Amino acid sequence: MDWIVGFLVLIIKLALVLGGLLLLAAYLVLLERKFLGRLQIRYGPNRAGPFGVLQPLADTIKMLTKEDAVPEAADRVLFLLAPAVVAAEALLIFAVVPFGTSVTLLGKKIPMVITDLNVGLLFVFALASLGVYGVALGGWASNSKYSLLGGIRGAAQMISYELSLGLSLVPIVMLARSFSLVDIVRAQANYPFILVQPVSFTIFFISAMAETKRIPFDLPEAENELGAGYHTEYSGMRFGLFFLGEYVNLQVFGALVAVFFLGGWRGPILPPVVWFLVKILAVSILMIWVRGTLPRLRYDQLMHLGWKVLIPVALLNIVITGAVLLL
Amino acid sequence: MTLYGIIFYILAAVIVIATGLAITRRNLVHAVIYLIISFFGSAMLYFLFGAPLLAALEIIIYAGAIMVLFLFIIMMLRVDPTALRRPSLRHWLPAGILGIIYLAVAALVVITDPGSQATLKTAMARPRALGQFLFQRYWLSVEIISFLLLIALIGALYLARAFLKESREQSEGEL
Repeated sequence: MDWIVGFLVLIIKLALVLGGLLLLAAYLVLLERKFLGRLQIRYGPNRAGPFGVLQPLADTIKMLTKEDAVPEAADRVLFLLAPAVVAAEALLIFAVVPFGTSVTLLGKKIPMVITDLNVGLLFVFALASLGVYGVALGGWASNSKYSLLGGIRGAAQMISYELSLGLSLVPIVMLARSFSLVDIVRAQANYPFILVQPVSFTIFFISAMAETKRIPFDLPEAENELGAGYHTEYSGMRFGLFFLGEYVNLQVFGALVAVFFLGGWRGPILPPVVWFLVKILAVSILMIWVRGTLPRLRYDQLMHLGWKVLIPVALLNIVITGAVLLL
Repeated sequence: MTLYGIIFYILAAVIVIATGLAITRRNLVHAVIYLIISFFGSAMLYFLFGAPLLAALEIIIYAGAIMVLFLFIIMMLRVDPTALRRPSLRHWLPAGILGIIYLAVAALVVITDPGSQATLKTAMARPRALGQFLFQRYWLSVEIISFLLLIALIGALYLARAFLKESREQSEGEL
């Protein structure tokens, strides 16, 4: 009996998180288009419903009803699987993200996290590093020059910035003394880690933008040279999955910035889940703002920034944090 | 058979089949994908045995980094998958001999080890415990391996430097 209740609670939590993520992803697209429009002194989508609030629904119907075309010379199985890899790895990361304190319901304690792995942070990295395959294989399987170039660029960029992403979080693990995301939030009870680790925060934020392939790091899909990069040949909902993966990733990095640097779900007055959403949205809006402000980097600038600036600074930051902790 | 036993045999079958397919595929990208599936299987096996840290590291390092580099090189080189290449005797003989030795040792272990019949209890190694064990007991090996990696890194840097200088002189000559 007990495990049936536990199983039911788990299924309900999974459904809520999945539904919330997909809904938020759809409306982040709208938010991005609206906000970018304002930054570029135009309206953005405003035809479907009042202020364009039904635009995500219209887009979804359009993508679901479009033909799912596979190019003649493509590697069929890999071509069909690649978008699913991108979307699935982004959604799975949320399995270890804590949304709030545990709630007591009918005398049972229900933790507001799907699973509290003791290697949670490494789980996040394992999944984030698998996102490369969706991009690289999608680009390769399309059997088109633009897609292949996009895929190769994507792979090179993501493995380069994964290093600085990982190294920037080592000081956080040293401060929290745990890999578990729940413990990391617990360790920030007195002050958020952004106050003691501003360097870490900056490196993580820049690397996260590079990992999500957003402007100024969108070389894998640079439209003026590569068509649309690795997803040039995709249509319909398979393109939609790449798109969905991108916006779920935006939420993932918003949530991770909140968990590692902004104290997770902690905040005064408002309930924890609301604070967590506010923090995710704040980080997402900042990323959209950056997109509307900066031009795209050149390829050599991208590699220079990753390998010669971010990684050495991250390593130095680890040494200094270690020294301070030992004192 | 317990639930853990059933999961173990399913994972073992996945690993063996995926590795076999990885060796026999002529299309290199497909071979890499089967190898990644095999790494996933081993990671889940580690997790089943109560070593989540090892499982996570297997995915991050092998599936997430090393195989991406393999894929990267294959995509850059665009090797023709249809070309039939039979490796020469000199190539496969050392591999074959090593394989036979390995098989013989494994058979010997299975036959002679009296502990192979005992069922192991499921245990859990927390990341902290594993780290402490590694750095207290085997710190020297860890240091030697990291030194080796450092040497490899410097070597790669040296080779790239020489190559860079050559190409720079060439381009200057052209100008």
